Amino acid sequence: MSVSARPLAAVPDTEADPAALGVVPSRHPWRWVGVAVVLVLLAQFVHGLVTNTGWDWPTFRQYFTADSILRAVGVTVQLTAYGTVLGFALGVVLALMRLSKSPFLQVVSWTYVWAFRSIPLIVQLLFWFNIAYLYQRFDFGVPFGPSFVSFDTKDLIGPMSAAVLGLALHQAAYAAEIVRSGVISVDHGQLEAAAALGIPRLRQFRRIVLPQAMRSILPNAANEVISLFKGTSVVSVMAIGELFYQAQVIYGRNARVVALLMVATVWYIAMTTLLSVAQYYVERHYAKGALRNLPPTPLQRVRAQYAVLRAKVAR
Amino acid sequence: MVDLRGVHKRFGTLEVLKGVDLRVDTGEVVVVLGPSGSGKSTLLRTINHLEKVDQGYVSIDGDLLGYRRAGNRLHELKEREILKQRTHIGFVFQNFNLFPHLTALENVAEAPLSAQRRTKAEVRTAAVRLLARVGLSDKEDAYPRQLSGGQQQRVAIARALALHPKLLLFDEPTSALDPELVGEVLDVIKDLARTGTTMIVVTHEIGFAREVADRVVFMDGGVIVEQGPPGDLLDRPTHPRTRAFLSKVL
Repeated sequence: MSVSARPLAAVPDTEADPAALGVVPSRHPWRWVGVAVVLVLLAQFVHGLVTNTGWDWPTFRQYFTADSILRAVGVTVQLTAYGTVLGFALGVVLALMRLSKSPFLQVVSWTYVWAFRSIPLIVQLLFWFNIAYLYQRFDFGVPFGPSFVSFDTKDLIGPMSAAVLGLALHQAAYAAEIVRSGVISVDHGQLEAAAALGIPRLRQFRRIVLPQAMRSILPNAANEVISLFKGTSVVSVMAIGELFYQAQVIYGRNARVVALLMVATVWYIAMTTLLSVAQYYVERHYAKGALRNLPPTPLQRVRAQYAVLRAKVAR
Repeated sequence: MVDLRGVHKRFGTLEVLKGVDLRVDTGEVVVVLGPSGSGKSTLLRTINHLEKVDQGYVSIDGDLLGYRRAGNRLHELKEREILKQRTHIGFVFQNFNLFPHLTALENVAEAPLSAQRRTKAEVRTAAVRLLARVGLSDKEDAYPRQLSGGQQQRVAIARALALHPKLLLFDEPTSALDPELVGEVLDVIKDLARTGTTMIVVTHEIGFAREVADRVVFMDGGVIVEQGPPGDLLDRPTHPRTRAFLSKVL
């Protein structure tokens, strides 16, 4: 279509000034349909939560902040914290071993990951729980020779330390692979540049490689922490008073199964939400330099919109 | 100062360097020319031991690079010692390899901070001065991704200078740049050449070679085919392969 073919009357004087042309944003009617459908479904669900007496909200309220439940939340958080810190500390060491130039360290690391990924977590936990049955005493001394110090296994490893040990050792195998994947995703040129500048190996890793690797480590690591947080419910097999175990104990007594499962669920959701928010901000921290300009945080966005709204009202 | 003797380098079955001898004196500027695949970049990388040599050796001021000589044997050095040797050699990469999570100033300060010979404040002042020297005083706090290619390469040059190297190596420093940005980087390198820095530059910029080089080396097929002052080599090449190459690029 050529411009000259159009009747002149239909082309206003904007022809002379292209900047005066108005822009009509494209419309998305189906989005509104989708929103309506989802809102109706959501309303039905909330209505059900409120009206269905099966949810038993009074019992929920009674137990949600009960001392025993709060203590159990504490144990769950503790297990997650120990599992994460010890697991990732060992995981970083294992990843470095695997990435080192020493074939010996590579084999050791690979074998560890192979072994601890092969055995189900619940089996590992039961094994640590029952270790006193296998090895009654721990002796430190000459191998196959006399011992200098000796400990009773039962004194050394109680149920809680067995749980932490099991979770951390299991977590380390996965953490090692996550850290390794992050490190190998860093451009090789970065290592060459660091090597050409004569930066010592450990500092190369700490200052150059790790901060860049964090970009791809973090989403996976957050996944692991969150799944560990809920995964701690596995240690209920060892009769440790964590959240899920405590909920079970209580509904075993009063038979309010749904209400107590909801107590545990809401706690799990609340803590996971906290972790997810933390993840957002930590990821943002490590994004500096990777993006030209960081996108605004949700809080900054809300503030900006509020400012715009106020300006409109003022006019 | 720099002395390469019979340097051989193989990648698998491919022999990239087939016995290279090259001597560079203190303060000399040597430009290495040659078609792609001729081994120029590999040669440069063997000089700071980013590539191990398979035969022959590289020495700087009489010190072997990457090895210690005991009688008739060369003992491989530990990585820590090799890293220390590299602090005397600045290297500028084709694609900059700046650290993207550090600002321009932090990029320049990183190596001197890790060498721990000076205080933080001293390192910072020196880094500020180096950035000013490459004309980027206003970009101290910019991240590499916020800089143009030419600016990034100038930061990379400042970074390479931060340890006061005896020798500077440039691996096609302008090949990844838009044509209009080449000039600003070459100007910085020319400036360094005038101040008597010893350097070896691999490049395709014939005009730069003519203007700055004390000596031009032409490589092809993993060997040095011909070398001499730029006037001689660029205008009156004696070897047919040099002539063929120059006729294509001039």
